[in-house]
Amino acid sequence: MDLTRHTKWLKPPVFLLCLAPALNLSWKFYNVAARGTFDLGGNPQATIRNSLGTWTLAFLCVTLAITPARRLLHQNWLIRFRRMVGLFAFFYGSLHLITYILFDTGLDFSMVIKDIYMRPFITMGVTSFVTMLPLAITSTSGWVRRMGGKRWQQLHRLIYISAIAGVIHYYWLVKSDITVPLRFAVVVAILLGYRVVHYVMERKRRSSPPTTPAIKQSVVSA
Amino acid sequence: MLIKKASEFKYSDITSKNIYMNRRKFLAGAAAAAGAAALVARPVARWLKPQAAMAAGAKLAFEKIGPASTTEKQTPYEIVTGYNNYYEFSTDKEEPAHLAANFKTNPWTVSVEGEVMKPQKFSVDDLIKMAPLEERVYRHRCVEAWSIVVPWIGYSLSNLINKVQPTAKAKYVQFFTDLDPKQMPGLYSGGLDWPYREGLRMDEAMNPLATLCFGLYGEVLPNVNGAPLRTVLPWKYGFKCTKAIVKIVFVQNQPETSWNTASAHEYGFYSNVNPNVDHPRWSQKTERRLGGSILSLSRLPTQMFNGYSDQVASLYTGMDLRKYY
Repeated sequence: MDLTRHTKWLKPPVFLLCLAPALNLSWKFYNVAARGTFDLGGNPQATIRNSLGTWTLAFLCVTLAITPARRLLHQNWLIRFRRMVGLFAFFYGSLHLITYILFDTGLDFSMVIKDIYMRPFITMGVTSFVTMLPLAITSTSGWVRRMGGKRWQQLHRLIYISAIAGVIHYYWLVKSDITVPLRFAVVVAILLGYRVVHYVMERKRRSSPPTTPAIKQSVVSA
Repeated sequence: MLIKKASEFKYSDITSKNIYMNRRKFLAGAAAAAGAAALVARPVARWLKPQAAMAAGAKLAFEKIGPASTTEKQTPYEIVTGYNNYYEFSTDKEEPAHLAANFKTNPWTVSVEGEVMKPQKFSVDDLIKMAPLEERVYRHRCVEAWSIVVPWIGYSLSNLINKVQPTAKAKYVQFFTDLDPKQMPGLYSGGLDWPYREGLRMDEAMNPLATLCFGLYGEVLPNVNGAPLRTVLPWKYGFKCTKAIVKIVFVQNQPETSWNTASAHEYGFYSNVNPNVDHPRWSQKTERRLGGSILSLSRLPTQMFNGYSDQVASLYTGMDLRKYY
């Protein structure tokens, strides 16, 4: 199903779909703030922070899934959505970081600094965010041109670190139930594992010389 | 005749060539879609489910106000009964209220065993009538750095202890929560060893603030809060309390406690509320008081012994509370 011709009009609805979790949370936030409802449970600030965190990981996974999907399913047009999805991972990551700074530290930046070097799970979280930052900045085609495709692609492999750090961040912060972090770990492992397999197979394909009829004939005749 | 004759087939019955040629991809796609649907089914169902209000329970009358009861603003009932750590049901804080709704609390027996002159079994009725019920509005501080103020109903645990007459060998009391795989779906995850067990030193258990609790907000204890009875220990982190108590054992040596077994360097036996001793992964200096405005950035400074120093500090004079966290 080649949707190459349709990507232009597909972008706005996909954009809205990606924005939907944020819109849903905003709507609930408004209800809780304006009308005092319990849409976000007993600890609404924690609910928002946690939800934004899992959406960040989810979007990182979707971004990482695009290349395996387009290669295995032969749907090259998927690449056209990778930038949008990747930027949404950064968007949710930024919101997650902001809610932590606002509600968990009460804008106490000395506490934020202390948390970063004293609490390993927060060090991991900040690592995950910081590795997304250069990718967000260099996400435009202008930057691809400026850097050259090869260097740009090398830089954007930082997403592997972002995803791994994100999973470890989640795994290290839960009190005892590792079910959801483990699910994300498995998904990220599969998506990165695909790249390892692909790399190994490409190396083998390039290094082993193809057998040509001329060589076969000379072996037979000898 | 089960096998159709050629003339019984319609042209529209024939699988399109495109689908047939790509049937394996089609199946893989269908499987992936089903997998994705299964993954999001529960969150979507919860998103669609309207907020269910907790049904009010039977009234529970009390005779007086208990010791150290506070006049601080009490946390909304919806939060007290809707935001709970009850891992036997779920590690999700909003799920236990739904999952524990049909938990059977009647009939119920509490077995008192171990180093006592009179080991015996009590029904909840026996226990409720053992001493005059009091309303005790206490702060409840979770180790996760949030807190609530709850109007509990109960009496001092010492009433029960005196009744069963512990022997001279009884140095500690151990509590066990009910364990019922048929009613508790969270037992298979959650990461704790079951049944949930907790313990106190004898003098802690005899302190007037240690409460055997049967209700809150003027009514019988809701299932999600630990029905039919639980302990309330306002100067300790919330997990030191035991919900749905089935067994109380008096022992000689410091007993095993569930969270200490799960993660010894994070959860100690005493677990007194202490702003000077951080949890290894987060600070205990401040807490979020639930029920405030979502727009509020302010956090409360955590108090030593959750503000109950006057009543309990003497239990720990000379103890290094960093060592005995």
